[in-house]
Amino acid sequence: MNYAKQGLLGRALAHARQCCKVHKIYARGLAAQSASLQWDAHRLSEDQLNFRELAWGFAQQELMPFAADWDRKEHFPVDVLRKAAKLGFGGLFCSSDFGGSKLTRADGAVIFETLAYGDVATTAYLTIHNMCCSLIDKFGSEELRAQWLPRLTTMELLSSYCLTEPDSGSDAASLQTTARQKLGHTDYILNGSKAFISGGGVSDVYLVMARTGMDGPKGITCFLLEKGMAGLSFGRPEHKLGWRSQPTTSITLDNVKVPRANMVGGENEGFKVALSGLDGGRINIAACSVGGAQFCLDACEEYVKRRKQFGKAIADFQNTQFKLSDMVMRVQASRLMVAHAASAFDVNAPGMTATVAMAKRFATEACYGVCNDALQLHGGYGYLNDYPIERYVRDLRVHTILEGTNEIMQMVIARQMMR
Amino acid sequence: MKILVSVKRVIDYAVKIRVKPDKTGVETANVKMSMNPFCEIALEEALRVKESGAASEVVIVSMGNEKCTEVLRTGLAMGADRGIHVATERPLYPLAVAKLLQALVRKEEPGLLLLGKQAIDDDCNQTGQMVAGFLNWPQGTFASKVKVDKSENCVHVEREIDGGLESLRLQLPAVITTDLRLNQPRYATLPNIMKAKKKPIAKVTPEELQVEITEDFDILEVVEPDKRKAGVMLSSVDELLDKLKNEAHVL
Repeated sequence: MNYAKQGLLGRALAHARQCCKVHKIYARGLAAQSASLQWDAHRLSEDQLNFRELAWGFAQQELMPFAADWDRKEHFPVDVLRKAAKLGFGGLFCSSDFGGSKLTRADGAVIFETLAYGDVATTAYLTIHNMCCSLIDKFGSEELRAQWLPRLTTMELLSSYCLTEPDSGSDAASLQTTARQKLGHTDYILNGSKAFISGGGVSDVYLVMARTGMDGPKGITCFLLEKGMAGLSFGRPEHKLGWRSQPTTSITLDNVKVPRANMVGGENEGFKVALSGLDGGRINIAACSVGGAQFCLDACEEYVKRRKQFGKAIADFQNTQFKLSDMVMRVQASRLMVAHAASAFDVNAPGMTATVAMAKRFATEACYGVCNDALQLHGGYGYLNDYPIERYVRDLRVHTILEGTNEIMQMVIARQMMR
Repeated sequence: MKILVSVKRVIDYAVKIRVKPDKTGVETANVKMSMNPFCEIALEEALRVKESGAASEVVIVSMGNEKCTEVLRTGLAMGADRGIHVATERPLYPLAVAKLLQALVRKEEPGLLLLGKQAIDDDCNQTGQMVAGFLNWPQGTFASKVKVDKSENCVHVEREIDGGLESLRLQLPAVITTDLRLNQPRYATLPNIMKAKKKPIAKVTPEELQVEITEDFDILEVVEPDKRKAGVMLSSVDELLDKLKNEAHVL
């Protein structure tokens, strides 16, 4: 009995000590980041430095302290997203007439990287919402823009992007959801299902790609659907390895009536809309990977200086130093690839899609590797969720899969190269 | 009424401070700098007073090299109306800053001068008091609550003192220095960051303000604090008393 009590107390004490340690690592991680990020400061415009500063403060105060809890409880922090939108993060790329900030993708990459440092999963949802907003802004009619953007840029309303289907993933152009017009009617009737929809069930606005014409990419149209439309229903929230602070569901469309006015872009031009979204989305996801990797790198740097084995700090072993140097190099290379891709997007440079695909493939893989290496250097502690590393590993894992798998990126790169 | 707020560019509070190898000071090259947190609180308070209708303009001033314009831009993005950069390459200590602020107050004629109670780099906590002395204005230091009463032309200040709170009523114009718990500074927003670029920053030199900057003291050496040593277990109270008396010299 006595022993059991002592055991419990001992464990409680150990846990308390560990929490302190973790807390310190957080705090120190912050300081370390500022130092290594100075290596990158010369590349950024004065505006970008200011944006980064703003995002940094937000990530530090509003995301980082809560991210572990949101992950554990699968809590979607809508209130915090709305706070982010108050600062202008809800419509980064939208024109300013309906509340957008009209920033470039290069600016966006800086902001998303910095926010993801604090919480990858929540920032990733924010990027998806921004992608949807920019599609409505770019391809939507004046009426549609005026109707939805004011409330989307403030994140009073949330949005989701619906391309993938249970049987159509990498082969996106084979999607089977149909949108048909009955003779004499202008409305479309949508039938089918969508899978892996971020924000599913919670979002108010869904951009759904559906087949209106022939097979393949040239018969697809993008529609704006509202939550509450008859026939639109959601599956149960998926249980996921990472990205747990945002809900993911399937979507079922059962004779959903959608007015023609809700078309985003022209009829049968939906695949172009979808791909334009994906180019931007790939930059965003890659930027989130860089932010996550930078966090792990910083936390790791602190840890190896403190952790002592064989009578000295493990930072003093050359193996650790070699590992760290490769980690910082991969983060830096990823960051530059992302910045390069973002500026290619901004000026629609030749080969932009391939440039973006390269950045997405490179950064998501290299940065996942950095997080994984950080976990290895943390040893057994890295595997515990008292330490933040394992969460970043889990969150970054999906980045090599979504927005086009990294294998699809290879196809995109080779195709554009040999055109 | 116009409010003048001074803002200082300091090493960011989250950065680990390193002393230069030659011990002449703290390493600032390639170190992240930002606005002194107490100055941020002073600016936030000024903006709130303006938003309450008790002031019409918030002017911020920073002193030092060209890089100071960075914190001025940050302040303009938070909502200040215009900035003043007192340009000098010379090191500035509280006495010189107080004289420069006095000269600026004569020029700008604000109804209220708001400052952070101290800067987190040198922790001097002198400037506000000195400038109030020079101006012969009432001062409320370490303010944890500020309320401007426009009709009475005064300001109520609550300040944190040993053993409690002290409430003051100051006749305007006055000097107030801000404590940590006064408010939570706002974030700038993306649109305001863009707008801040168009707000004016005037540049003046100490010569134009007819203030001579003198260095009243020399810094001999800057060293890092001693590393904390591991504790020792003592076997008796007597041993503890002995150590406190003869080693620590606290008894």
